[in-house]
Amino acid sequence: MLTNSSQEMSRARMPTAYHTRQRVLRISLYIFLVVFTLLYLMPLFSAVVASLRTQDDISLNGFWSIPEQFTFENYPKAWVDGRVNRYLLNSFIITIPALTATIFLSSLSAFALARYRFVGNRLIYFMYVAGTMLPFQILLLPVFILTNKLGIYNTYLSVILIHTAFQLGFCTFVLRNFMRTLPGEIMDAARIDGASEFGIYWRIALPLSLPGIAAVATLEFTWIFNDYIWALILIQDDALKPVTAGLAGLQGQFSTNWPLVVAAALMAAVPTLIIFFALQRYFIGGLMLGSGK
Amino acid sequence: MATYTPRVRKKPKINWTPYLFLLVPLLLYLVWIIGPMLYTFYLSLTSWDGISPELKFIGIKNFYVLFDSLKKALPSAFEYSLINNLKWLVAFITVPTVIGLGLAILLNQDVKGDRYFKVGIYLPQVLSFAVIALIWSWIYNPRYGLINSFLFKIGVEDPPGWLADKSLATWSIIAAAVWRQVGYVMILYLAGLKNIDPNLIDASKVDGANSWQRFRNVVFPLLAPVTTIVVVISIIDSLRTFDLVQIMTRGGPANASSVLANLMYIQAFNNYKFGLGAATAVVLFFISLFFIVIYLWRVMQDELEY
Repeated sequence: MLTNSSQEMSRARMPTAYHTRQRVLRISLYIFLVVFTLLYLMPLFSAVVASLRTQDDISLNGFWSIPEQFTFENYPKAWVDGRVNRYLLNSFIITIPALTATIFLSSLSAFALARYRFVGNRLIYFMYVAGTMLPFQILLLPVFILTNKLGIYNTYLSVILIHTAFQLGFCTFVLRNFMRTLPGEIMDAARIDGASEFGIYWRIALPLSLPGIAAVATLEFTWIFNDYIWALILIQDDALKPVTAGLAGLQGQFSTNWPLVVAAALMAAVPTLIIFFALQRYFIGGLMLGSGK
Repeated sequence: MATYTPRVRKKPKINWTPYLFLLVPLLLYLVWIIGPMLYTFYLSLTSWDGISPELKFIGIKNFYVLFDSLKKALPSAFEYSLINNLKWLVAFITVPTVIGLGLAILLNQDVKGDRYFKVGIYLPQVLSFAVIALIWSWIYNPRYGLINSFLFKIGVEDPPGWLADKSLATWSIIAAAVWRQVGYVMILYLAGLKNIDPNLIDASKVDGANSWQRFRNVVFPLLAPVTTIVVVISIIDSLRTFDLVQIMTRGGPANASSVLANLMYIQAFNNYKFGLGAATAVVLFFISLFFIVIYLWRVMQDELEY
């Protein structure tokens, strides 16, 4: 306390040269940050500009030229001819059930791991934690074979199942640590009042975990939505592909029309961008919970 | 010393409740994750082509084929993949860490509108690799791309082909991946900086430390746990890289940008060498395992703090 206040006093008495220096530093820091951030986002800005031009214009004059004209035609073209409409719909058809199932199932296992002592608790917990870090390659072939054996290869269900199973690890890890911080007294009180164990989970643990669930669900939405490899392995039909796999195909199909490809990519990014901007707080919260702290 | 007194123990009553909660999720996990993982180990010891009805057990021959290819005069796809994975790893532990930490420190000093800078830098992390792959493929396009049309404009006559250039392809893809990764590292460091006790910083100020000394001797050591997590996560992310390589170059030109993850896919799903692909996956698994263990060890330490 003493050092703090004496420091304040000495600072107040400092000559104005100190303040000027501080001010110059502040302003240059500010300018640096503005320039850096703008440069950093340049790939996105220039992609937006490119998507509003025609391939003829760009190939004739180069990207760094005054556009002959701005046009929105690439967007409807990518939406319909590029089938981004279908692909985006597929992404939602896959993501929403997978996300719901992951959250529900992981909250069940998280509750068990967080609130009960039993043989194998730690082992199961560490299995989930380690599983989140696995390279997908170690699973590709057997999962591919398994979906064939079960007759669900090339269906939405195959991708939904593998996403649910794989993401269980991360969600259980985060939710288990969240549920450990819940006050045990409430649950004990409910138990004395005759609540069933499932009732305690459903009526007490789950509602109290909503902040954690919101954080992890926001993060998981983008992860599942952005997945490419499982769609590539398990879905063959173009009509079933989510937007990531669809986009990868567009590149070959429209390789002579970059503005259209870029427009498709930008449209594909919209859902995750909306989630990010709308639920930023949860998004960052999820990252924090997931980094082990 | 505690004395051991044998006692007739009542048979403990097992509480089945937690197992009931775990039943469905665990079953799903065993069937889709743990089982397949073990099965890949088995497949790596066979010469299966994915079609023939029976699996032929060939021992460690697939691994022999992989590692024997390292002896060839011309680098094999496997050799390229190992070297490129190493490039990814080195780039991933250095570049995003340095830039992310630098930005976190700058943004941690009550800058007006810091939120907007944070969101801007973090934004690429939200985009899927597919979206990033497409946008950056355009940026690198030798004729119409963002970079080369600029180079043409300023009079460079023969600009590099980026993704089409054997020596630049990997670095070009890494640049796109790093662009995505920086924001994540920055966010982790920002959280770490928030946890630092401001009194420690004030104390070092009183002791007359300049800003570099303060960073070097106070802030950076206090951030050590964050740095460990950042480095381990970056390494694991770098080993898992697949989407960008697959969409931007498919490992080309002539395997020059191949990584293990993408090589495995090509061996198994393009060339129908399931056994060899499984063996490559196992190699990738063991490289990752080393770092997964470090990560687990960290999590376990947190666990003991309870």
